[in-house]
Amino acid sequence: MIGIEHYLVVGAILFVLGVLGIFLNRKNVIVILMAVELILLAVNLNLVAFSAFLNDLTGQVFAMLVLTVAAAEAAIGLAILVIYFRTRGSIAVDDINRMKG
Amino acid sequence: MLIQAIAFYFFATIVVASAVMVVMARNPVHSVLWLILAFFNAAGLMVLLGAEFIAMLLVIVYVGAVAVLFLFVVMMLDIDFAAMRAGFSRNAPLGLLIAAVLLAELLLAAGAYNAGGLTLGKAAGDAVQAPDTSNIEALGALLYGRYIILFEIAGIILLVAMIGAIVLTFQPPKPGARARQDVGKQIRRRPEDATVMKNPEIGQGIEL
Repeated sequence: MIGIEHYLVVGAILFVLGVLGIFLNRKNVIVILMAVELILLAVNLNLVAFSAFLNDLTGQVFAMLVLTVAAAEAAIGLAILVIYFRTRGSIAVDDINRMKG
Repeated sequence: MLIQAIAFYFFATIVVASAVMVVMARNPVHSVLWLILAFFNAAGLMVLLGAEFIAMLLVIVYVGAVAVLFLFVVMMLDIDFAAMRAGFSRNAPLGLLIAAVLLAELLLAAGAYNAGGLTLGKAAGDAVQAPDTSNIEALGALLYGRYIILFEIAGIILLVAMIGAIVLTFQPPKPGARARQDVGKQIRRRPEDATVMKNPEIGQGIEL
């Protein structure tokens, strides 16, 4: 019998893999963005699992909003990446220190 | 029940394996393709949970839009990806450590719940899917009813993201650039100026 814990474990593994991806590919912004998408996927999986097992659709509505934000974030992030590459000719994270922040 | 378990382990294994490949792949194009596989199988898991609409949304939005966007950007930018992986092995110990700690904490939480240490709150019970309605029907009623404000906010977020992406990447055309469209000039153009009637002799060429 597949219970909610099974789904939560899958979600946890996905989340951790996303975090690991951010650490492993610290130079490559594109892969970092993909890792963030993985993290958001894990969150969505958790929300939908709880929604199904608690028999309450609110979780699925919330998952949809997370999906919206993830799509908007990807679009903006990649747009920033494109203009950054246009001006600097590189997307290495180490070089992003223009603003001396 | 057995079919459900087999399907769950099938989808879960592939989703985790492809997530590993997203992180480990040498070539970002391969990463994007593994990401697509991960999303497909996550959608399968959601179908298994009875959330068909979210599953379809995942396939359409992520595979259809976001992954293709990633693919476009990866292929458009001319980047030396080998140099990008320079710090891979150097960052690996710290990353693995943090990942292990996080995973242990999360699994501990799941174990505590399993052992009865945590109790899940009861759902309010006013967003229950009625037994004779489909998932999408119930979700639509909820989304356009009680959560209409959230729905509108989501729309505005998407609008802002769209305008932002266009404004960020828009390049105004250079003054002397060719292939500029001058609408006034196009409208001013008349048939008399543009066409010439000729009646050439048979066997003769025509000079324009």
